[in-house]
Amino acid sequence: MSFWEFANPRRFMGIADRIVPWAFALAALCLVTGLTWGFFFTPDDFRQGSTVKIIYLHVPSAMMAINAWAMMLITSLVWLVRRHHVSALAAKAAAPVGMTFTVIALATGAIWGQPMWGTWWAWDPRLTSFLILFLFYLGYIALWSAIEDPDTAADLTAVLCLVGSVFAVLSRYALLFWNQGLHQGATLSLDKEENISDVFYFPLLVCIAGFVLLFIALVFYRTATEIRLRRLHAISLRERMA
Amino acid sequence: MTLTVTDLTCDRGGLALLAGVSFTLERGTALILRGPNGSGKTTLLRTLAGLQPAVEGTIEADPDSIAYAGHADGIKATLSVAENLAFWAAIYGQSDIDTAIETFDLKDLRDRPAQNLSAGQKRRLGLARLAVTGRPIWMLDEPTVSLDAESTRRFASALQAHLADGGSALIATHIDLGFDAEVLDVSRLRAAPDAASGAFDEAFT
Amino acid sequence: MTALLLRDLRLAFRSGGGFGLALAFFLIVTILVPFGVGPDTSTLRIIAPGILWVGALLACLLSLDRIFAIDREDGSLDLLATAPIPLEGVVAVKALAHWLTTGLPLTLAAPLFGVLLNLAPPGYVWLTLGLALGTPALSMIGTFGAALTVGLKRGGLLLSLLVLPLYVPTLIFGAEVAQRGTSNLDPTTPLALMAGITAGATALLPFAAAAALRVNLR
Repeated sequence: MSFWEFANPRRFMGIADRIVPWAFALAALCLVTGLTWGFFFTPDDFRQGSTVKIIYLHVPSAMMAINAWAMMLITSLVWLVRRHHVSALAAKAAAPVGMTFTVIALATGAIWGQPMWGTWWAWDPRLTSFLILFLFYLGYIALWSAIEDPDTAADLTAVLCLVGSVFAVLSRYALLFWNQGLHQGATLSLDKEENISDVFYFPLLVCIAGFVLLFIALVFYRTATEIRLRRLHAISLRERMA
Repeated sequence: MTLTVTDLTCDRGGLALLAGVSFTLERGTALILRGPNGSGKTTLLRTLAGLQPAVEGTIEADPDSIAYAGHADGIKATLSVAENLAFWAAIYGQSDIDTAIETFDLKDLRDRPAQNLSAGQKRRLGLARLAVTGRPIWMLDEPTVSLDAESTRRFASALQAHLADGGSALIATHIDLGFDAEVLDVSRLRAAPDAASGAFDEAFT
Repeated sequence: MTALLLRDLRLAFRSGGGFGLALAFFLIVTILVPFGVGPDTSTLRIIAPGILWVGALLACLLSLDRIFAIDREDGSLDLLATAPIPLEGVVAVKALAHWLTTGLPLTLAAPLFGVLLNLAPPGYVWLTLGLALGTPALSMIGTFGAALTVGLKRGGLLLSLLVLPLYVPTLIFGAEVAQRGTSNLDPTTPLALMAGITAGATALLPFAAAAALRVNLR
């Protein structure tokens, strides 16, 4: 069986129906465990005090904000190359989810920044690049909703996603050039020396798993909805023709 | 310079509109497309001109042989008649615009800005544009709209001259142009409502 | 292709309004800023490079939706797409015509407007050089945005929303060039990076824009 058989809408719907409840349940389990563990059973940081605990929302949502865009980029490419409708609809379905994660990351960042840096907002490169990512999501969603013909919309948004990705990376480096910033370095990196201690690390991993599962559940659910909408649209068009 | 179309399916807005379109357009002949409004004449012409992809079937023709003229004439209001024609001639690598100006009786209007032309005069300019492309296969979508009887006759004779010259034409029109041509009734080629269409098909399988 | 460029330039000159409008807008933005921040020349001197760049960028944005919309309305775009010149070439020529009628005049006017904002003397050269190298990217990116939104009835606002985030890197490097120029720092690094963006955009975006146009025409 080839991987591309999942691109068949009927097959996809079958898989989505089976995956979605499990993914939602597991996401809820992970988030409840991870957040409870993180909020109530970890010590305060010696410098940041209890404010550090917002990390359990901030880091996973920031990661998923970027990963959602990456997923949209991949599915857009698949649509442009192989013309699988499911792929285009998955990109459409992921955009509002990714935008919500971006907003959560920005909001939790502001709430964290206030006690730490003494300001709700700073034009720091990391913060600013998330603000720009938010604008990219906004433009992408606006373009989808502005175009009536679904295939035209899928094509144009895919091209925008491709070009936008290149410019998003360029903006990221331009911003580093522009301002050195206040933001602390990466919380998680492959270089173990840099990482936070294990006490915070494990609950954070559980939370990240929860956010990933939540993202998967939401995207599968929303893609299935988009496919149903698409069928409705096709049926009504056919009826008008007949 | 023949145009051969085999078993063509065209769609509009993601739904198959015409199916099983097959014909051959030989040198020196014209084919008239007939059918009520919305039957797909424009869609067929746009597909043949390469503006939209065909869902199924093949179109065999030298891509550098087709000149397309749609509802809009592509005329710039602030340019004069001669400037408009010279521009399109240059785009097609041609330089002679005087023959077309002669043929479509535009000599007196030559240096007038296109915004001061009447609708019929604009249409004549739009048809003259086809002549300056130097291409053999003309595809015309309702060419006689807003032409008076005299201009229509003039257009018909220009068309016949083009055919006699070894060119050919595909014309969507309601009126009788006054010369012999084959007729293709598009309304008989309407795709079945449940026919395989390009865009939505995948969502159902 | 030369014929297309000449036609677009001729149209821009004849229709009058479109040509001078961007410059007038740029002038008005420059005049409004002192009303907003106060007449203190030392404040104006500090913000001048940034204001001039933002002003030029917004002025550039004004005429973008006309690039393809008019040609689509009168049918020229369909005819150009069936003509024997590649659509990528059409896009590149359209972007060039846009730059010649907006980017270039803005670049030439910027030093004059710099006087109004009391721009520091060493900044003039770098501001002009930066705009000369950066505005082609603005025109090219804008042409891509115009190609994306040409099928929409009221695409103007959406066009701005799509294009402005894409302008961020050019703006950052461009303003940095002018900023460093005014404070006697070496501006060659941001200048080179901006020139890189311009080169990359000019090389690659015509393909993306032509693809978008083909989708919009079908």
